[in-house]
Amino acid sequence: MSKNKSEYLINRHDNQYEVVIGLEVHAQVTSESKLFSTSATKFGAEPNTQVSLVDAAFPGMLPVINEYCVKQAIKTGIGLKAKINKRSVFDRKNYFYADLPQGYQISQFKDPIVGEGKVILDMSDGQKEVGIERLHLEQDAGKSIHDLDPKNTFVDLNRSGVALMEIVSKPDLRSPDEVNAYIKKLRSIMRYLGTCDGNMQEGSLRADVNVSVRKKGSKDFGTRCEIKNVNSIKFMQMAIEYEANRQVDLIEDGQTIDQETRLFDTKKNETRSMRSKEDAHDYRYFPDPDLLPLEVSDDFIEKLKSEIPELPDEKKKRFIEKFKLSPYEANILVSDIETSNYFENVIKKSDVKLATNWIIGELFAALNEKNLEITESPISAGNLSKLINLIKDGTISGKIAKTVFEQMMEGDKDPKKIVEEKGLKQESDPKALEALIDKVIDDNRDKANEYKSGKVKLFGFFVGQVMKVSGGKANPKLVNEILKKKL
Amino acid sequence: MSDITKQSLSELVENIKSKKLSSSEVTKSFVERSDKSKALNTYITEDYANALNKAKKFDEKPNLNLKLPGIPMAVKDLFCTTDLRTTAGSKILNNFVPTYESTVTQNIWNEGAILMGKLNCDEFAMGSSNETSFFGNVQNPIDKNLVPGGSSGGSSSAVAAQLTPITIGTDTGGSIRQPASFTGTVGLKPTYGSCSRYGIVAFASSLDQAGPMAQNVKDCALLQEVISTYDEKDSTSIDFKRNEYSKDLTKDIKGKKIGIPKEYRVDGMPKEIEDLWKKGIEYAKDCGAEIIDISLPHTNYALPTYYIVAPAEASSNLARYDGVKYGFRAEGENLIDMYEKTRSEGFGAEVQRRIMIGTYVLSSGYYDAYYLKAQKVRKLIKNDFDDAYKKVDAILTPSTPSSAFKIGEKTNDPVSMYLNDIFTVPVNLAGLPGISIPAGHDAKGYPLGLQIIGKAFDEQNILNIAYAMEEKINFKNNITDWWIK
Repeated sequence: MSKNKSEYLINRHDNQYEVVIGLEVHAQVTSESKLFSTSATKFGAEPNTQVSLVDAAFPGMLPVINEYCVKQAIKTGIGLKAKINKRSVFDRKNYFYADLPQGYQISQFKDPIVGEGKVILDMSDGQKEVGIERLHLEQDAGKSIHDLDPKNTFVDLNRSGVALMEIVSKPDLRSPDEVNAYIKKLRSIMRYLGTCDGNMQEGSLRADVNVSVRKKGSKDFGTRCEIKNVNSIKFMQMAIEYEANRQVDLIEDGQTIDQETRLFDTKKNETRSMRSKEDAHDYRYFPDPDLLPLEVSDDFIEKLKSEIPELPDEKKKRFIEKFKLSPYEANILVSDIETSNYFENVIKKSDVKLATNWIIGELFAALNEKNLEITESPISAGNLSKLINLIKDGTISGKIAKTVFEQMMEGDKDPKKIVEEKGLKQESDPKALEALIDKVIDDNRDKANEYKSGKVKLFGFFVGQVMKVSGGKANPKLVNEILKKKL
Repeated sequence: MSDITKQSLSELVENIKSKKLSSSEVTKSFVERSDKSKALNTYITEDYANALNKAKKFDEKPNLNLKLPGIPMAVKDLFCTTDLRTTAGSKILNNFVPTYESTVTQNIWNEGAILMGKLNCDEFAMGSSNETSFFGNVQNPIDKNLVPGGSSGGSSSAVAAQLTPITIGTDTGGSIRQPASFTGTVGLKPTYGSCSRYGIVAFASSLDQAGPMAQNVKDCALLQEVISTYDEKDSTSIDFKRNEYSKDLTKDIKGKKIGIPKEYRVDGMPKEIEDLWKKGIEYAKDCGAEIIDISLPHTNYALPTYYIVAPAEASSNLARYDGVKYGFRAEGENLIDMYEKTRSEGFGAEVQRRIMIGTYVLSSGYYDAYYLKAQKVRKLIKNDFDDAYKKVDAILTPSTPSSAFKIGEKTNDPVSMYLNDIFTVPVNLAGLPGISIPAGHDAKGYPLGLQIIGKAFDEQNILNIAYAMEEKINFKNNITDWWIK
């Protein structure tokens, strides 16, 4: 077995248990209109304002596939390095619920649009490959609202018929950390592709989590439980921890695990049984006779391939090779399309090494403090690039740059102007510096003598004094050189 | 002009175009006759006042270039019509008024026709005698207490009784051809994908097809020309080059090869049907056609296949009638209770039977044995036709294994009722066009029909054969107006 640092095991008595996790991620397709109708999909609209006759399942209404959603699903498949199925079939999943107007959900059961693929995770102790079982297209249901009235349930059909991609992973995940990395990577890939905005607060990304446990070293899978509809990474991790421990406790107690569907109670931090396998719905899947099998040509797929942007894995490779970034730095910079765009804009006109440090260091810290996304950064890529150039060409020192940076965070000001207005330009005139240094030596004659008699540690004191007297503006490199001569 | 309602559609169109008749005169005649014919129970919803108004408006500014200028028409109540109640013959849609129009009816109004009302039919088109309608059974104008066939029973009765010059029905397993055969009228089920299903209350999506029901072949061709259009709103609509069926209609069928499938000589088939078929073969020969014996080996399996596929799709299609959004709702203690009460009270016995059959054949553990096997057999049935059409241009069969039966005669025996569809069902399973034309009478004087089945998209050919044979057969319906007091 691996001795990975990230290995996640549950210890009970003398037994060690491994946790096996598979995810079914529901990702809302980025699309102006729904999967089988022309209704809008805008989030947060007034209830029942984005509902067509098709979405509300009026008699005689028929679904017509939205080609854009098909393209989005195929693009996502390409991003997951997956097999694109040239023929896929829409099936009906039959069940009754008030927010399911048709009495069935149109989904893909036997023949999904995308087959097996993979996602690479960058864990602290190396890379890990997670297999993708399939990706299929399906309709979202509407929303039942139970808390507006003591007796009645209200139904909002705005979401009814919105296109979802269900992305099913293989049971390859082994820890809450890996789940975190997996969701983030999946989200990142889809955001690069523009196929899903990954907004978990708005429900654009949610997951059913399959959890089972087994004794370490065992090759057989344990009985799994499915935790339905978890809508944040934190909750997924909490749910997995709770559920895995619950299952281990049952096994240690000599009991068996029932295959069942469970719900995660975010307030109590526990999972609860929703329905057992015996109560499971019989969905009576069958091909939707209102829709012909979906057939796409090689040309269609090739054209979409040509539209795929550089994805995080490839970008990371390029950053490392071309810009000599460390894998750690590259990972951070490619994790989000917005960040990598920002980075690439900054380095268009400035030093890569400095840019990397400033973005990962100062900028991220400052944004974090203000709770801002990179897209909301008060400092534009252009101005950060100017600041870096001021450092690089010696106009200002790194220390002064931090002051300038702080002012830039207050509003996107041109760093050159700040330097000019505040007189922060670095003093690099040797004559001026000599005069300054002479004065400092004069004022500290006794220390200068000590230095000469061998107390070389005092050199730092003199540098500090010069910087202090110059108001931090003296060019540190020149100060060093001149001081050495003078002392 | 007297006897307006006795005129065929083509004659009426001609008379309106030549201004011998106004739309108002024609509409008034049909409205009056419809009004006197309530005993037939053909209408579920009458829209006479609106029809007369529309006719008046048409006459004020007549567009005589249209194909159906100012022609009044009642349609099967399975077609959604804007602002006019559409029930599908069911209590569950008793109060349903669509805000939209089916493509097929829209095509008809676009050519100048005027809606008179909605015609009775079996509930959700499930039935062969119009006895499953929530709105009561329909009388066949041929004789009292005789069924008009089904599910388009209101349509066949209304055309035969001349309450409407022409109409449209829908055909899932024979619902146009069988009632046409029972009433001495002409009914065409077009190729699957020829007429849009948009706005038609769905029964079995892979089988449903709208089609014309008329007094003669020429009228039938004209209406088919109007209703058959490619429609992007129906994903199963097919974009093929459509003929101008009435213009291209010809009686010259010399040298056409017509197949006679031996498997349609079913056990227990009445001799009169056998004789009718023989007569039909002679008529076809008289028209210059060449008769060729063919085999459709999987014919026997068509009916059981149909009674798996159709209910399976129906069980899912009818799930939307749940009392939540529109239509009938029975209040309940909770959601499930409301569903159960709504659907138990809202659906009739036959619809419930088919929903249960359909749910059963799709259930886990039975799916492979029933639904999947039925799909495989369906493919074999289609292959039979493909093979046959390598040798022949069309196929001639009886339309039904018997003439019309009495109301109530088969209501307690669903299987015997289902057997009525034995000659029509294979055509739906294969997605082919089929036309029923009246070809004779049985000993009781009831009409009997012959069916001509064509290749996919070859409506013109079977219309031509029907047109040629119609002349030789020279069928006359005996309508005595017995229901008018």
